[in-house]
Amino acid sequence: MIEEITIIGGYDKQGNKEPVEKVIIKKGEIFGVVGPTGSGKSSLIGDIEQLAQEDTFSKRKILVDNKEPSYEDRTNPRKKMVAQLSQNMNFLADMSVGDFLTLHAKCRGASNKCVNAVVELANTLTGEPIKNEHELTILSGGQSRALMVADVAIISNSPIVLIDEIENAGIRKHDALKALAGHGKIVMVVTHDPVLALMTDKRIVMKNGGMQNVVHTSEKEKQISEKLNKIDELMLNLRDRVRNGEILEEIEHIEI
Amino acid sequence: MRMIIVAGTPGSGKTAVLMHALKSLNERNLKSSVVKVDCLYTDDDKKFAKIGVPTKVGLSMDMCPDHYAIYNTEDMISWAMENESDFLVMETAGLCHRCAPYTVNCLGVCVIDATSGPNTPLKVGPFLSTADVAVITKGDMISQAEREIFRERVLEVNPNCKVIEANGLSGQGCVELAEEMLKSKEVALDEEKLRHSAPLAVCTLCVGETKVNKKYHRGILRRIDGFQKYEGE
Repeated sequence: MIEEITIIGGYDKQGNKEPVEKVIIKKGEIFGVVGPTGSGKSSLIGDIEQLAQEDTFSKRKILVDNKEPSYEDRTNPRKKMVAQLSQNMNFLADMSVGDFLTLHAKCRGASNKCVNAVVELANTLTGEPIKNEHELTILSGGQSRALMVADVAIISNSPIVLIDEIENAGIRKHDALKALAGHGKIVMVVTHDPVLALMTDKRIVMKNGGMQNVVHTSEKEKQISEKLNKIDELMLNLRDRVRNGEILEEIEHIEI
Repeated sequence: MRMIIVAGTPGSGKTAVLMHALKSLNERNLKSSVVKVDCLYTDDDKKFAKIGVPTKVGLSMDMCPDHYAIYNTEDMISWAMENESDFLVMETAGLCHRCAPYTVNCLGVCVIDATSGPNTPLKVGPFLSTADVAVITKGDMISQAEREIFRERVLEVNPNCKVIEANGLSGQGCVELAEEMLKSKEVALDEEKLRHSAPLAVCTLCVGETKVNKKYHRGILRRIDGFQKYEGE
């Protein structure tokens, strides 16, 4: 089991040293990554996915339990320490859902039984049900995203989980986050959504390709997070009603 | 001098990946010369010029670019020797994927685009199966699961190759490619041989016949049912 990972800062887009020199993320912690579009959030996540060793654009270095990971650890999917949900909304692989999941389970050395579990979990996150015999390329954005979430949660069951903008796909983001962020894992969530950002323990603020600051979520923010959750639930509820063809008469009043 | 032969499908990122790898060699004071072989058009020589690497362009026009590259290898080697280069890098466009332009002592690098789908490694043949290094590009455009399946498929076709997942934009993985280039063998022209025979193409089409009708064709002719005959003198 991995106890912690260390991100050693590199350089921003202009080639200046990043203000944050070192970030340590411990087992069981949820870290957010925030910042405007183009500020380098996905690149940071990418560096961690590849366990970069000063060989990416940012020249960051990632240590696992204070050690440089071996080449084998970095590349062999059976040994991979990192599961990543990227921003991609569609699959490009020309095969059926069942075949795809079977192949991926084989790559990761997971049991074949995973396949049905993945589809079942995906179907709890999205509206239209996915079936094993569906072609991957015809799935909608929401279905694809739900399947990617379930695949990461079950087949790519790794101690480090990276999640890039889970809010974008019109799936149940709280349930998705719960499925992904298993007990005792190291979790990083890239997000523009204050509800998700305030659910984390700490957040890295990105600017210009560099890590600008690390902010601890304060007690006050935790309270704000709970209030935001109520608004979010209201929105989700309204979304489902509109989706199901209802006509809305009024909005229930909520106390925040 | 070492010879690096880079093959790959059009648009897979051969040039982008190479530029990063050659920059990394430059930083170690190692000199490279590049020959870019394409079919009809290329402006890659300008790109290589920007990083200060001497570049020659060969356009094969109506000839198979891999055949053309193989036939010109000797001249390329002497040119790179004149430049006092440590590396001769030959980048070829490749056409039908049946060819593998790699010679026995070169470092054979196959660049393959991960967005082309997980069946692509099974389709491309010897330019992947006889390569020393398979560089997988554009992995950032697909999901991690698809990337892992793609990698597995590459290893199914060529279990002994070194797989490098690279990004032509950020340069990720390209230092690893430079490391492999450093480990490669010295080129020895007299002993150089192709690892894989070039495809059979001895027929009237090769000399410019454009009519489709069967009666106009001579040479080695193979039917879709596998039946093959030689017609002619």
